[in-house]
Amino acid sequence: MPLLEAKGVSRHFGEFRALQDVSLAVDENEFVSVVGPNGAGKTTLVNLLTGLLLPSSGQVFFKGQTIGGVGPIALAKRGMARTFQLVQIFPQLTVAETIAAAVVSQQQKQWRLFAALSADAAVFQRVRQIAGIFGLSDRLEHAARMLSQGEKKLLDVASAFALSPEVILLDEPTSGVSTSEKHALMKTLIGAAKAAGVKSVILVEHDMDLVATYSQRIIALAEGKVIADLPPGPFFADPHIIATVVGKRMSTDARHQRS
Amino acid sequence: MTQGPRLLLVAVGVVALGLVPTLAPPFYANLLIPFFAYAIALLGFNLLFGYGGLLSFGHAMYLGLGAYAAAIVAGVLGIRHFELVLLAAAFGAVAVALPIGFLCVRYSGIFFGMLTLAFGMLAHSFLFKFYHLTGGDSGMRVPRMRILGLEFDALNKIELLAGPFYYYCLALMLLAGFALWRIVHSPFGLHLRSLRDNPQKAEYLGVHVPQLRLLAYVISAVYGAIGGAILGFRIGLADPELVHWTHSGHLVFMTVLGGFSNFLGPVVGALTLTLLQDQLQSITQYWRFVLGAMLAAIVIFFPRGLAGIAADAGRRLVRRQQPQVAA
Repeated sequence: MPLLEAKGVSRHFGEFRALQDVSLAVDENEFVSVVGPNGAGKTTLVNLLTGLLLPSSGQVFFKGQTIGGVGPIALAKRGMARTFQLVQIFPQLTVAETIAAAVVSQQQKQWRLFAALSADAAVFQRVRQIAGIFGLSDRLEHAARMLSQGEKKLLDVASAFALSPEVILLDEPTSGVSTSEKHALMKTLIGAAKAAGVKSVILVEHDMDLVATYSQRIIALAEGKVIADLPPGPFFADPHIIATVVGKRMSTDARHQRS
Repeated sequence: MTQGPRLLLVAVGVVALGLVPTLAPPFYANLLIPFFAYAIALLGFNLLFGYGGLLSFGHAMYLGLGAYAAAIVAGVLGIRHFELVLLAAAFGAVAVALPIGFLCVRYSGIFFGMLTLAFGMLAHSFLFKFYHLTGGDSGMRVPRMRILGLEFDALNKIELLAGPFYYYCLALMLLAGFALWRIVHSPFGLHLRSLRDNPQKAEYLGVHVPQLRLLAYVISAVYGAIGGAILGFRIGLADPELVHWTHSGHLVFMTVLGGFSNFLGPVVGALTLTLLQDQLQSITQYWRFVLGAMLAAIVIFFPRGLAGIAADAGRRLVRRQQPQVAA
């Protein structure tokens, strides 16, 4: 049984058909990328896969249970986490506090009104472990707003990983990161996923270089439909798909890079 | 500020407050009773505002609720024990704050503020217009009560307020402050601060945003009602003006003056305004003008309030003493 599965999912917004009859599956230990031009329906697909939206028809299953419209809190509890395209931090919280917020949820301690959080060894052991995986160990007491853009991004993802999810959905994790740092960031994320016990990663990404390097499978969307669901080899060998997904100029770049 | 200097500061403050009734004339001890009442109310108010990011413009409603609870329990029902009045005020606050909070916490920012303001105005006109129930503009009398079961019949009202009741309120403030300190530093407190900074991100980290906001609102209402019961005891009257929206503004003023980003800020604000108002009123009839100008200056030049100024000065002092340690 796939970990995450969409079966014949469509979503309309009034007259506009954002997604039409989309089916896809993500198995355990898979790294799957979702690509497509602007307006292809990637955001709608992400919101459906993470239970933020209800499909107009069809169903989304996570670990065999339907997750249509369950909302963020139930999603976290069931074992899926996501990050956003724009970096999301808590400006006034420290790095340790940001990660601790997720650990508190994961350990179900949020209703402890009078317990001293700073004395909770179980929480801070996990906080240090996660911070270590992301190379944030020497930033623990820094306020999140004082971090560099790259560190903010790492913290954003680290806090999602601290929920101990089985599946993590990364929505353009390298947006706003300089080209030279993109690969370093991706390597950190993939290493962290393994270290944190994440089973599957779904990556939504514009950068074809990253997609080609790290994915085991690529799902391409265009005009609300799946036009390809292939491993990187056959995917990049098909000039028609590449032209649809990234436009002519980029496709020659991608082919050039692969040859 | 690290724990050491802050604890020392609190200890010095408590000792100084404890000496007031013995060293100063009763007038001053009596003057500080509202300070205790406002300090307790504002500690709770700031859980909602400073830690939860929700600015209520209707919180005077809960101070009024505390005072009217005192009038009903001690006056109408004749149960003249202040502890039972506090208990009734707390339960009353929970009963009122749950439904109102339930409606308000779905909104944040200006919409939350306006909705709480609207409920505060409703409460005021209810107290003002339902004359046969609430005494209308003349309010309801709050009789003298036993505290800790003791009558203190040898003391007149002023002596009671400036003596036993003063220490009682000081202890109550310390207790309320300690409980809130624990709440702020609990896992719940962390989740509350996370949703203040970024509610969307917080939800994806498993933070129950509306439920936590509601709980913070209810706790702040209970603190407000306890403060209100103290005010009612001192004045001997539950006055509808306690619930007027200008009184809610007064609460916001004190919190901003003291600094809402600091745990002790509201206490500093309550003390400063209580003393300042007394001094200004005896100097000039334009004291409200002076207070208004002060608020403007604080917001523009010292947005972290008096406690923020003090914390910065303390940090600078520590850094100067240990130049090597600065990271």
